[in-house]
Amino acid sequence: MEATYNYKVVRQFAIMTIVWGIVGMLVGVILATQLIWPTLTEALGPLAPYLSYGRIRPLHTNAVIFAFGGSALFATSLYIVQRTCQARLLSDGLASFVFWGWQLVILLAALSLPMGFTTGKEYAELEWPIDLLIAVVWIAYAVLFFGTIIKRKTQHIYVANWFFGAYIVTITILHVVNSAELPVTLTKSYSAYAGVQDAMVQWWYGHNAVGFFLTTAFLGMMYYFIPKQAGRPIFSYRLSIVHFWALNFIYMWAGPHHLLYTALPDWAQSLGMVFSLMLIAPSWGGMMNGIMTLSGAWHKLRTDPILKFLITAMSFYGMSTFEGPMMSVKTVNALSHYTEWNIAHVHSGAMGWVAMISIGSLYHLIPRLFGREEMYSIKLINTHFWMSTIGVVLYIAAMWIAGVAQGLMWRATNSDGTLTYSFAQSVNAMYPFYTIRLIGGVLFFAGMLLMAYNVWKTIAAGKAVNDARIPEAVAA
Amino acid sequence: MIEGYAVPDFISDFWHYYIAAFTVAGILFSLWLLWSQSVVKPLAPGEQAEVMHPTWDGDLQELNNPLPRWWMWMFYLLIVFGIVYLVIYPGMGKFEGASGWSSAKAWQEEKTRVDAEFDKVFQPFAGKDLTVVAKDPTANKMGEHLFLTYCSQCHGSSGQGATGFPNLTDNKWLFGGTPDDVKASIANGRVAEMPGGLAGDVQGAKEVANYVLSLGGKQHDTALAAVGKAKYAACAGCHGEDGKGIAAAGFPNLTDDAWQYGGSEDEITKSIVKGRKGGMPAQLELLGENKVHLLAAYVWGLGGGQKPILVAPAAPDVAPADATAPAQ
Repeated sequence: MEATYNYKVVRQFAIMTIVWGIVGMLVGVILATQLIWPTLTEALGPLAPYLSYGRIRPLHTNAVIFAFGGSALFATSLYIVQRTCQARLLSDGLASFVFWGWQLVILLAALSLPMGFTTGKEYAELEWPIDLLIAVVWIAYAVLFFGTIIKRKTQHIYVANWFFGAYIVTITILHVVNSAELPVTLTKSYSAYAGVQDAMVQWWYGHNAVGFFLTTAFLGMMYYFIPKQAGRPIFSYRLSIVHFWALNFIYMWAGPHHLLYTALPDWAQSLGMVFSLMLIAPSWGGMMNGIMTLSGAWHKLRTDPILKFLITAMSFYGMSTFEGPMMSVKTVNALSHYTEWNIAHVHSGAMGWVAMISIGSLYHLIPRLFGREEMYSIKLINTHFWMSTIGVVLYIAAMWIAGVAQGLMWRATNSDGTLTYSFAQSVNAMYPFYTIRLIGGVLFFAGMLLMAYNVWKTIAAGKAVNDARIPEAVAA
Repeated sequence: MIEGYAVPDFISDFWHYYIAAFTVAGILFSLWLLWSQSVVKPLAPGEQAEVMHPTWDGDLQELNNPLPRWWMWMFYLLIVFGIVYLVIYPGMGKFEGASGWSSAKAWQEEKTRVDAEFDKVFQPFAGKDLTVVAKDPTANKMGEHLFLTYCSQCHGSSGQGATGFPNLTDNKWLFGGTPDDVKASIANGRVAEMPGGLAGDVQGAKEVANYVLSLGGKQHDTALAAVGKAKYAACAGCHGEDGKGIAAAGFPNLTDDAWQYGGSEDEITKSIVKGRKGGMPAQLELLGENKVHLLAAYVWGLGGGQKPILVAPAAPDVAPADATAPAQ
């Protein structure tokens, strides 16, 4: 056993990534439809409350971030840590525990959120018993990951593992601090913090969940799969050092930009804005290291749709990490906050960056887990790439226009100082953009179905690999 | 807020120094990090970057290219911007920033400026007779804007109300429909509470409801109404023996069709059992005299306005006798 890699847990998580991706995106499509036809789910009668917008909106975010994104991160981090440490995972039992524990968390979320149990904290809606379960599973994951790092045969720790390490440590702190709550019943608790402090702790968590779950960890994925797929060395070791440490130091402060122009004290708002702006540089450092790794191999982009996924993801990453700091400038925020622009920003990150880098990585990973040279159909990967790209572009372009229109309508005043438009008028103006967004979302979702088919055919023709031998010699 | 503290959340200096120290340390660390890695010369044309030695997983390698210059300078500039911003604006603990800016001051200044600007627009109508203002197209347009901004949430964008919120376009007024009454309602608000449970249990309430329906000559159960008549005594104090209410005191007429909470047997029964906690919030402090004046004229002119009551002998500048609300 010790002479082979543990591919089982990687395979389990890889398959569940696709399953949860389809589920999470389907819920997204339902939500987008509800925004156009708000009474759509009322036809379900007694079931309607469980599918009401307010309940399935957190289901969508939790499903895509923690079920889809989380499974992708577990699969890739547990694969990468083994391959780059030349060591089998610390414990197969612990690996199974992490897999089944995380699936149980997702299942409980999928049941409790539609039933209306929520703490009301964005991206931390799950109630306290589930929070405890998350903490236990997460710590098991940390032991599994760092334990494998400790028993590595290679001398140096590969850069991807720095990023995974930072993500695992930070998410532990964020989850424990922000989920501090006083249980009242099994399904109800109150936050340990009050008022604006509660809001600040929540967005310290919320933004760093974006920073460390959705950024740092996926950069870890990038640092393995881009050089592997491109067959080129990483562009700059030096750049990876600077942007890694700068990212960790600066990200921690950015949370208050979610609370500009609120009761949050001025000093905290200023710090949030300043550090968010500085964040452009370390974020772009990651993008450069990904994209420049391709220098000398640009021609591969023409023929390799997996590389197209990975590099397009880096472009969306660069764009979102420029857009985010811009939106945290107070004067820009005054226009953008609470509008659909936020939705555009989040989805250029979630679909363009997180989903596309995961999809590209999985297309690289899955044949290797099932003993195949490559995916069943490269053509279908290419089709999936174009569906995803066009889907994201339609989605975010529609939401940008919608958001700016909304912001301008809300602030428009008559010559007597009254508002030019009522809120309902601004909602009415959203219909065409909501429709375009739905089309983009459906396209992206359909791409996932195509991927599922392609993966299915690949697996059917392959056989689960359980004897991937760990090389004896350690490369100098 | 505690005197002398820029940040009201904290009651000791410790946290100010803590925040400031971490802010400064974070920025200095980033600067040092950048500097330590950017002292390397850029590659000469044609020169290849060094390949770092460890190889992972068969073929994973790293080049050691110098930091791209544009990126390095961008990072330096962003850090400098951050430092300058934190010198000018509050950010480092209790340090208020060199400019003395605060969001509270900025808001106050802007409000003062904007108020002065818009007061000029409202001024021509200040203190003018409401029936005259109501007929002025400019005032009417501004009144409509104000109504849509501040009143439409409850009374509807056309002023036709909703369950629990009175219709302002009919000729039924709980607190009087003269221009002065309407203005007083807007300026000072109104309390319109009805106590519940005065008719005993649900059955008692149902009997009284039928009696109330009979007072207005509406369809009702005569047997129930007959029993309800005695119990109605508890209601007569406010709504009168005949159910016509006391308009001057805001006690509603129960014999007309203007039901604020619904006029069916069920809805009336519910009102009697549970009572109602109606009320109009006072707007004067929020909006100021000029806006309230324009709003009063607009609402009075929506179609339900009643003639002003002329207490003094008609003076030349008082509204003409036919000053009813313009028809909509």
